Amino acid sequence: MTDTAGQGGSPATPDGLPPGTSVGQITAVPVRHPGRWVAIAVLAVLGAMLVHGAVTNREFRWGTVGTYLFDERVSRAALETLRLTVLAMLVAVVLGVVIAVMRLSPNPILSGVAWLYLWVFRGTPVYTQLVFWGLVGVLYPRIGFGIPFGPQLVELDTSELIGPFMAALIGLALNEAAYMAEIVRGGILSVDEGQGEAASALGMRSRTIMRRIVLPQAMRVIIPPTGNEVISMLKTTSLVVAVPYSLELYSRTRDIAVRIFQPVPLLIVAAIWYLTMTSVLMVGQFYLERHFARGSTRNVAPTLLQRFRGLGQGGGGGA
Amino acid sequence: MMSEPASVPMVLAEGVHKSFGKLEVLRGIDLSVRRGEVMCIVGPSGSGKSTFLRCVNHLERINAGRLWVDGDLVGYRQKAHRRTGLRLHELRPAEIARRRQDIGMVFQRFNLFPHMTALGNVTEAPQRVLGESKKDAAARARELLARVGLADKADAYPNQLSGGQQQRVAIARALAMRPKLMLFDEPTSALDPELVGEVLDVMRGLAESGMTMVVVTHEMGFAREVGDALVFMDGGVVVEAGPPRQVIESPQHERTQRFLRAVL
Repeated sequence: MTDTAGQGGSPATPDGLPPGTSVGQITAVPVRHPGRWVAIAVLAVLGAMLVHGAVTNREFRWGTVGTYLFDERVSRAALETLRLTVLAMLVAVVLGVVIAVMRLSPNPILSGVAWLYLWVFRGTPVYTQLVFWGLVGVLYPRIGFGIPFGPQLVELDTSELIGPFMAALIGLALNEAAYMAEIVRGGILSVDEGQGEAASALGMRSRTIMRRIVLPQAMRVIIPPTGNEVISMLKTTSLVVAVPYSLELYSRTRDIAVRIFQPVPLLIVAAIWYLTMTSVLMVGQFYLERHFARGSTRNVAPTLLQRFRGLGQGGGGGA
Repeated sequence: MMSEPASVPMVLAEGVHKSFGKLEVLRGIDLSVRRGEVMCIVGPSGSGKSTFLRCVNHLERINAGRLWVDGDLVGYRQKAHRRTGLRLHELRPAEIARRRQDIGMVFQRFNLFPHMTALGNVTEAPQRVLGESKKDAAARARELLARVGLADKADAYPNQLSGGQQQRVAIARALAMRPKLMLFDEPTSALDPELVGEVLDVMRGLAESGMTMVVVTHEMGFAREVGDALVFMDGGVVVEAGPPRQVIESPQHERTQRFLRAVL
């Protein structure tokens, strides 16, 4: 294969090497990035100073942090926060897809209703909405199902139907659905128009086209901002104290802090739990994005571990 | 023209008009495509040839005139009415979709579904629209992929295929619905010159098998050898039509002569 050197009188390469030596696998020295190691060293020193300062500062009361970090009340509250986040996001994503599809519908009634929904739920603070759902039992003590303007068939006590947890869940989910709807709409609009045309030319109905062709491709655009929303939701759950619902992480740690007169260590406890949960969600998002990149890029993104290994060398770092 | 009811043309257009806002793209198209015929439509860009093709399967709605495919009015149903005699009713989306099943379409930019493999692209519509079982659809899809020379690419995603391969998958995808008419919208215009031949070969094979085809193209060689009829369009009207050799070798109209001088 590399045997071009044998040809008599063939000229040397531009840098004077004998012909043929330039053919073959390239084993070049990669570009070094000494600046990165310097930056790491500087950051390490700064980090060490920060940690040292925090550890030696008595006001942080690390002993108390340790005591309450795995306190059963706290870990239960963290679980409650996670439950509220996951359930609210599930409802919001489903509702968001429905509203986005309605908004893009040629049917003026559907798109009008969707627009109205966005206007109300995006236009008022989530805190206000949570207070409202907490008060819904006062506004409508009993909820009945029956013939409009006629007799009631079933009548229920509102406070039984919508307890504090339910009110918190509804409040968070309905508000989030408005934002999710816009994210999904953006995703749908990002899909090439030719896709829908090709599918309708095959005789597919609009619902099938949306479900099988458009939404799967829109996912690539929808997932990153949705991950953002999940993390945002995890923290927004701390507002459900407005309902009032107080079994989630923030309210619970605050209640304990008030009781033992030590606000800082319990803030740290809450922060550690929020960070841990966020980290887990971020890893989940990374792998979800990898899954939906299928068919759209030739190079599958490296796993997190592979990225970390490539830190110090080569052009692979890419900015 | 349509004297014998036994041989209803596959496509019949009478005075078809289409406007986008104020822009009148089609200004009265009359033509007819017989069963088993291959009709090539040529013309400068902006002449309305692609728009006409898209009207045939109702991707665009015509503003005036009438268009029939296999004897059925495209997009409408005619019903008797007490006072006015006949009246047009718009078809429901389900009925439009039903009619499109019988009309295959191949696009300039392929429009394969990028999140599905070649096999998935071909089996999708038979499964979702015709309700074929996964096994039957896959078996037939493999047959069709073999027919377009891509038996070994069944599991490849579109972005792993060359343009020519993608277009051949697109043809297999359209054929999977067992259409009675195939529409080609500049199928080779987005391809590297080297890859044009492989797609034209597949189309030639399809024509030989007796498929009725309407092909918007710039490939004059293909039009001459494979086409049964050639239509030259400009400015939204049919300028000249006839047997390909005749139109290409002795064009009657001055505009046709000018166009052919430029492209040949």
